[in-house]
Amino acid sequence: MSPVTAEPHPKNNRKFNKKMRLVMKEQDKGKKKGSLLKIKVEHFNFFYDTTRALKDIEMQIYANTVVGIIGPSGCGKSTFLRCFNRMNDIIRNVRYQGEIYIDDRNIFDKSVDVVDLRRNVGMVFQKSNPFPKSIFENVAYGLKINGVRDKDFITQKVEKSLKDAVIWDEVKDRLHKSAFALSGGQQQRLCIARALAIEPEVLLLDEPASALDPIATSKIEELIHELKKKYTIIIVTHNMQQAARVSDYTAFIMLGELIEYEETNKIFTNPSKKITEDYVTGRFG
Amino acid sequence: MSSQSFCKKKRMLSSAIEDRIIHGVFLVCGLVTVIVLFGIFGLLFFTSFPAFEEIHVTEFLTGFDWNPTSYVKEVYGIVPMLVSTFMVTLGSLLIAIPIGIGTAAYLSDVASPRVREILKPVVEMLAAVPSVVIGFLGIVLVGPAIAKFFNISNGLNAVNGSILLAVMALPTIVSISEDALSSVPASYEQASLALGATRWQTVIRVKLPAALSGVIAACMLGMGRAIGETMTVLMATGCAPAMPKSFLGPVRTLTSSIAIELGEVAYNTTHYYALFALGLVLFVITFIINMISDIILHRYEKVSR
Amino acid sequence: MKKNKIQEILGFNILRLCTGFVLLFLIIIFWDIATKGIGSVNWEFLTAAPSKGMTEGGIFPAIVGTFLVTVITAVLAIPLGMACAIYLNEYAKDGTLIRLIRMSIRNLSGVPSIVYGLFGVVLFVQLIKIDTSILAAGLTLGLMTLPWTITASEEALKSVPKSYREGSLALGATKWQTIRTNVLPYSIPGMLTGTILGLARAAGETAPILFTGAAFFLPFLPKSLSDQFMALPYHLYIMSTQHHDIARVRPLAYGTALVLVSLVFCMNFIAIVLRYKLRKVRLE
Repeated sequence: MSPVTAEPHPKNNRKFNKKMRLVMKEQDKGKKKGSLLKIKVEHFNFFYDTTRALKDIEMQIYANTVVGIIGPSGCGKSTFLRCFNRMNDIIRNVRYQGEIYIDDRNIFDKSVDVVDLRRNVGMVFQKSNPFPKSIFENVAYGLKINGVRDKDFITQKVEKSLKDAVIWDEVKDRLHKSAFALSGGQQQRLCIARALAIEPEVLLLDEPASALDPIATSKIEELIHELKKKYTIIIVTHNMQQAARVSDYTAFIMLGELIEYEETNKIFTNPSKKITEDYVTGRFG
Repeated sequence: MSSQSFCKKKRMLSSAIEDRIIHGVFLVCGLVTVIVLFGIFGLLFFTSFPAFEEIHVTEFLTGFDWNPTSYVKEVYGIVPMLVSTFMVTLGSLLIAIPIGIGTAAYLSDVASPRVREILKPVVEMLAAVPSVVIGFLGIVLVGPAIAKFFNISNGLNAVNGSILLAVMALPTIVSISEDALSSVPASYEQASLALGATRWQTVIRVKLPAALSGVIAACMLGMGRAIGETMTVLMATGCAPAMPKSFLGPVRTLTSSIAIELGEVAYNTTHYYALFALGLVLFVITFIINMISDIILHRYEKVSR
Repeated sequence: MKKNKIQEILGFNILRLCTGFVLLFLIIIFWDIATKGIGSVNWEFLTAAPSKGMTEGGIFPAIVGTFLVTVITAVLAIPLGMACAIYLNEYAKDGTLIRLIRMSIRNLSGVPSIVYGLFGVVLFVQLIKIDTSILAAGLTLGLMTLPWTITASEEALKSVPKSYREGSLALGATKWQTIRTNVLPYSIPGMLTGTILGLARAAGETAPILFTGAAFFLPFLPKSLSDQFMALPYHLYIMSTQHHDIARVRPLAYGTALVLVSLVFCMNFIAIVLRYKLRKVRLE
């Protein structure tokens, strides 16, 4: 584990604390409506070959909340996230054990079609990955592969998704230009719009802002605030301030184990485990 | 919200089945390669099998005479062809290996990136020259030159074949050796240079040994190519069906024997079957060489990772 | 120290010499064929059939034959090779079967061309009974080209970033939808490039067609795919070894060699230019 960096200690940073308290107050307001159980993780283990990458994870996620997953790099947080839409299936020699229920249905059940699952659990990747198509085609892609043929519907849906992802104003004049011409932050929001177009219920965000500058990052974070009205969001981040800012609940994972899963407020101000406190205060990681 | 809602967007069943069928189709296409390889072996084996009802296997493998059209007694002994094949291949490797490795070392360690960018496709162009064209040049160019140089009447002999096969094996040897040399970790080279070794010493004492298995595999693949080459040797080596006497005499390899005689033989005769037996021998030899080089290359890939 | 320096200069010059040899071979081949062949290549040579016991006339039937047989080769090898590459790169997971397929591909690329010829004779001519014909020869060459096509196609598939596949799968696309809409469009040009190189080699091959369909001399063009045909490489072989008056037809042989080499190199050139352009596009 790396030694403490030269940055000011967040806990001793009064400004930070003040900001944090403000953020948390807001979250308290938002949280109360989210009470419907959406996702339930039970005794979940994940193996690469013979290595156990995730150990016996238990977790409950409520609808219309944002769950932040934090932890040192390599702790398995991205792997965990990719279990919710079974993206790990495409890797060789992986094995699951235990259950993840979404709406009371085990996603590893034989009767579950992984393609259906992924249409309901959208994902945005760490590195923005627009397809080498036009902006319009990128967003329309998910609709087209779902068999939507109605051109008007597609046009409306693309517009709506781009508006939901707060990028419409920036791209409306160049919808048919290549998506590669966009900036990094715009590309990432385009990817979010692409995921929204197929109306998922759960949205997985894998460090969506890690490659972005602060302004682009804040736009994404604002967007997450908006999106949680409609979606259940799980976000992986290695930026603790970000987790504090955007999430209602925070899960701290280390070495494949879920150390603590609590309301964000509690994790950052009064964690029940020493190691969590050490991590969130920047003593390691 | 229904409890089963995450399945509300059920895709059509047909799409799932379609996906399965497509997977199956691709799998079958993948299997075609296996079928072809085993098919080649199987068909050669079963077609050559009847030959051994009349020819004794040991006579076939150890006989010094090949005369299937004799009026007295037909004899099928493949030793002269094996020796011929061996001579021509050996000769070609003696020429191609030093030049090939030298060129590979030049490309990977001496040439500037620009020169390398130009020269690599140029060397690959050599591989694109059809074998019949090389054979043709063996007749019109190399043959007379050899005849003049050694002061013999005819230049169509094992030396000629060796030179031509060397030209044909060179691209294989150069390109695979170059890959092997380039994939030696830069840290080896840096360590050697830091100890005060010259670049030449580094190439010879550090990079070549590190890339050795790749280079050996390259030479073996070049050898496989030389053994299996037909048109060049058919045209340029004189093709006398007797035991070769020297490098300056005519030789007749396994490949050229098949090429010459299959056109003149009636289907489904002992002679016909015997030619398939030659093909089988050829197949087995090249198969073994390929397997060995494959194993060497594979090991080298693992090590360099 | 001085000694080391001299050793290095000497050594590097030896390596340069080796490379020089390789280039020399190439230059000799081209120079000889170009200078001696250009004299016999003219419009009549390219468009007329051989006449007067092949001592005069042109090579038109051989050009047509080579073209047709290459088309058959392409029809067999391109789809099959691409499909096999797609299976290996997109569908297959590690296992015995995959190792077997990969082993087969590597070995097939090392099988001597004359052995493919024998295989073609038994399979297409004797067992399937399509007789010695363009079809039989083309299919034989197609099988020979298959391992090259597969390798080239796999390379092209590998150059498509993983994120295109993940992005598409995460949107609920099926595997085939992902491949069709988000992988193939970006890899087909690369696949074709590699395949053209394979076809160029097939077009110049002689041994596999010796007994599966190539004819010594046909004064007319093939009427269907089940006819025998004249082919450029086989024609060159005949003109340089089997003709009754070799010395007299030597210029014609040179002309044939020039046409054959030009054909093969045009195909190579197209492929290389295509590859260069693609690389540039990708960088942008």
